[in-house]
Amino acid sequence: MVKLVVDNKEIESEEGITVLQACLDNEIYIPNLCYLKEMDNPPGSCRLCFVEIDGSRQPITSCTVKVKEGMVVKTNTDHVRRLQRAAFELLLSVHHIDCRNCPANRKCELQRIAKFLKFGLKPKRLEQLEREVKTEQDHPCLEYVPNRCILCGRCVFVCRKESGQAMISFAKRGLDTVISFFGEEDKPRATCKECYACTRVCPVSAILVKNSHCQ
Amino acid sequence: MNQNSRGKLNQVFASIKTEAERRFQEMKGHNTQNIFIGMATCGLASGAMEVKAAFEQALLERKLNAHIIPVGCLGHCYAEPLVIVDKPGFPPILYHDVTPGKARLLVKAFLEEGDPVFEHVLGALEESDTIPSVLEFPRFNQEKKVVMANSGLIDPEDIYQYIQKGGYSALVKALTLEPEKIIKEIQESGLRGRGGAGFLTGIKWQLVRNAKEKDRIIICNADEGDPGAYMDRALLESNPHLLIEGIAIAAYAVGAETAIIYVRAEYPLAGKRMKNAIGQSRQIGLLGKGILGTDFDLDVAVFQGSGAFVCGEETALIESIQGKRGMPQPRPPYPSQRGLWGKPTVVNNVKSMASVPPIVGNGAQWYRGIGTEKSSGTAIFSVVGNIIHAGLVEIPMGVTLRTLIFEICGGIPNQKKFKAVQIGGPSGGCLPESSLDIPIDFDSLTEAGAMMGSGGMVVMDEDACMVDVARYFLDFTQKESCGKCTFCRIGTKHLLDILERIARGEGRNGDIELLENLSLDINGGSLCGLGKTAPNPVLTTVKYFRDEYEAHVREKRCPAMMCRALTAYYIDLDTCSRGCDACVGSCPTESIFTTKNRKKAIDQSSCVKCGECMSACPPEYDAVRKVSPPELAPKIERPEDG
Repeated sequence: MVKLVVDNKEIESEEGITVLQACLDNEIYIPNLCYLKEMDNPPGSCRLCFVEIDGSRQPITSCTVKVKEGMVVKTNTDHVRRLQRAAFELLLSVHHIDCRNCPANRKCELQRIAKFLKFGLKPKRLEQLEREVKTEQDHPCLEYVPNRCILCGRCVFVCRKESGQAMISFAKRGLDTVISFFGEEDKPRATCKECYACTRVCPVSAILVKNSHCQ
Repeated sequence: MNQNSRGKLNQVFASIKTEAERRFQEMKGHNTQNIFIGMATCGLASGAMEVKAAFEQALLERKLNAHIIPVGCLGHCYAEPLVIVDKPGFPPILYHDVTPGKARLLVKAFLEEGDPVFEHVLGALEESDTIPSVLEFPRFNQEKKVVMANSGLIDPEDIYQYIQKGGYSALVKALTLEPEKIIKEIQESGLRGRGGAGFLTGIKWQLVRNAKEKDRIIICNADEGDPGAYMDRALLESNPHLLIEGIAIAAYAVGAETAIIYVRAEYPLAGKRMKNAIGQSRQIGLLGKGILGTDFDLDVAVFQGSGAFVCGEETALIESIQGKRGMPQPRPPYPSQRGLWGKPTVVNNVKSMASVPPIVGNGAQWYRGIGTEKSSGTAIFSVVGNIIHAGLVEIPMGVTLRTLIFEICGGIPNQKKFKAVQIGGPSGGCLPESSLDIPIDFDSLTEAGAMMGSGGMVVMDEDACMVDVARYFLDFTQKESCGKCTFCRIGTKHLLDILERIARGEGRNGDIELLENLSLDINGGSLCGLGKTAPNPVLTTVKYFRDEYEAHVREKRCPAMMCRALTAYYIDLDTCSRGCDACVGSCPTESIFTTKNRKKAIDQSSCVKCGECMSACPPEYDAVRKVSPPELAPKIERPEDG
C-alpha cells in the first residue's frame, strides 16, 4: 500500500494504480469521461481529470500518473478548475442537449460533471458547433448518435478487450471525427458478438442497442 | 575493439575508398567536361528534366563529350533550375534559371567555343581570376553548410560520390570507438533535436543506451509536414547517404540493430532515393550483417508515412508504424522508455541525424564552435513568402532574423515593407519588425513566442493581414487535428470560427479576449505538442498586431485590405478615361457599367472583389481604388438602361 495526501487528506492506495483510480477508490471524485479501471494505458483524451501534483507548474491528467509514496495531490485548485471547465465547455459545445428526450437522462456523466463543476449545460462564451454527420445506421444491432457522442473512446477500448478484435474504431479527423463500425451491414458475416459492452460503457448513451429484435 | 579488428575495418573501408577514387578519376579525368544538373523535386518542378534533355541533344548534335550528372538541391530555389558546368581550364561555374535554350547556348558557346556566357553566370564555385566567385554574395558567404555541405554537388544515387567526398569515414571512426564515447561526444557537442522541441540528442541516446531491454530501435522522423517547409525533403533527395551514416552511428551508439526512416507519403522521390541508397550501402557492406567486417549489424528500412500531419508527433508516428490510427499517446512513457513495439526507441529528426556524421568526424569542440553556447551548430530554414532569394538556408545559430531576411535572403521584393515573419510552421508564431534583432536560437525564439520548429519560415510584406494569417494556420491545424483530445479537436475549431467571423466583419466585443483565453486553455490542456502549440499563431498575432484585430472588430476595417468582406473597389472618376473599356472585359461578373458621363463605375451589389479591374486598368489612368471599410467606396447608381 502507498500513502498519499489528496486535498490535505491522507489516503491509502494500492501500488501501481493511477492517481485518478486511487482518488476514486477513496471517494474523492475527479471528473473523467474516457477512463476505465481496466485500462493499462489510459488514453488521456477527455482532458478532464486534471490535478496538481507536488506543486507541479501545470496541472496534469491524473489518469496518466501512477501513485507514489508521499505524493501531494490537489484536485481543486483554480488552475485545475479552469482547465476542467474549459474542456467541459468545449465538449458541451458539440453535444446536442436534449436531456428530456435522451435515454441517458439522470445517469448521464455530463449531467454529473455539470453539477460537480457548477457549470450550466448551455455554454455561455462559445457558440454551439454544428457538425454535419449523419446517424450511423449500418450496424445491424447498434445505433450511433454522433451529435451526442463525446469521443471518449471507451467503446473502442472495450470492444477490443471483449472481442479481441477492433470492430469499433475512430474514423475521420478533426471535428469530423466519429466512431465507426466498419463493414457490418451484412449481418450474417458480421463479426460483432453482440455483447453490447460498448453500450454499457458509453457515458452519454451515444451507442444504443438498435431494436428489441437484437436483444 | 581490438587492434586486429580495427586493422581489418580500416582495410575493408580503404578498398571501398580506392574504388570511389577510381570512379572519381574516371569521371573527372583529364579533359572531361562535367555538367551537374540540380534534379531534386525543386529543380524538376522548374524544368530540370527538359534542361537535361536539351543538354543531351545538344551534345549529341555537336558530337561533344561531357558527363551529365544529376545532383540534388543547392538550396537556391529562386534560381532553379541550377546547373554547374565544370570545364577544364575554368573553375566550376554555377548557372541560374537555365532553360533548354540556355542549355543549348552553353553547349555551343562554352563547351565548344570556350566562352562562359557571363550574362547567365551566377558565379564560380571556386576563387578564380576570370569569374566572380559566388562567395562574394551574402547568400553564399554568410551561410555555414554543415548538413547541406554536399547537397547539390554529388549524385544522390551514387554512393561512391558520397564516399569520395569523405562520406562514411565518420562511421568507420565511430566503429573503432566505444559506444559510450560516441554518446559523450554527441552530448558535449550540445546537439539539440532539430524537430522543434530542441531536446538534447545525446541525452536521448543515453536513455536508450541505459535501457535494460537489449532490443532497441532507431527511428528517423522524415514526416515533414509544415506548410512551406521542405528542408528534410531536400536533404533526403540530395544526400541520402549522410542520413544513413548518421543513423548507423546512432544505432551503434545506442545498441540498436533496426532502424526505420519514416518518410512522408507525399515525398515519392525522397522515398525512392532513400531506398536506393539503402540498397547500395547494403551491397558494399555498409549496412546489413557484420558491417565492414565488424560484429555490428544494422538493418535500415523506409516506412512510407500515412498522410497525416500529426504523424510527425513521435508517439503518433510510432502508433502509425504499428498499423494503428496515428493518434498521439500520453507521455510518459517516452519512446526512449517504451517506444515502437514496446521497445526503447530513439526518435530523431532528419537534420539531427544528419548532423551526427560531421560531429563525429570533426569532434564535439568543432561543432560547439559553430552557433551559440546553448544552441550549438547550424539551423536550416526554408525561407519562403515575400522574399527575394527564397530557398534553403543553412546558417550558424545566433544569426539575427534581420541578417537572415535582409542580407542573406535579399529582403522584400517590389519595394514593399516588411511586416512579419512566421517561424516554426503551424506551431510557431508571427514576429514583427521589432523582433528582427533577436538571434535565431532555440531559447530566444521561444521567448519571443515563436519557436524553432522544424525550420519553416514565411516572410510577409505589408499586404499581409495578420487576422488572415492566423486564420490560415488555424484552418490547417483544425483540419489536421487527429480528433483525440477535447482541446485540440473542438478548441481549434472555435478559434477558427472566431477568426473567420472577425475577418467577415462580424467580430464582437470581447472576441479578442476570448481568443486569448481559449488559446491559453488549449495550450495548457492539450494532450500532445500539436495541440499545445496550435494557438501560437493566434497568441503571437494578437500580441504583436492587436491594433489590426481591433480595427477588424471595432471599425470593420482590414488595414492590409486583404479580408474580402471588409474591402471594396471603386473607380476614381477623376482619373478614369472616357471611352476606355479595359476594366469592363476583365470583370467576371459584369459588374462594371458606364456612367452618364461615359466613365466607368462598379456595381457593389454584384462585385466579387477579385481585383481583376485593378490589374486591367492601364497605368496611365490608374483609376481603380481599393478601400476598407467598404462604406468608403462612393455609391454610384447603375443607369436604368445600362
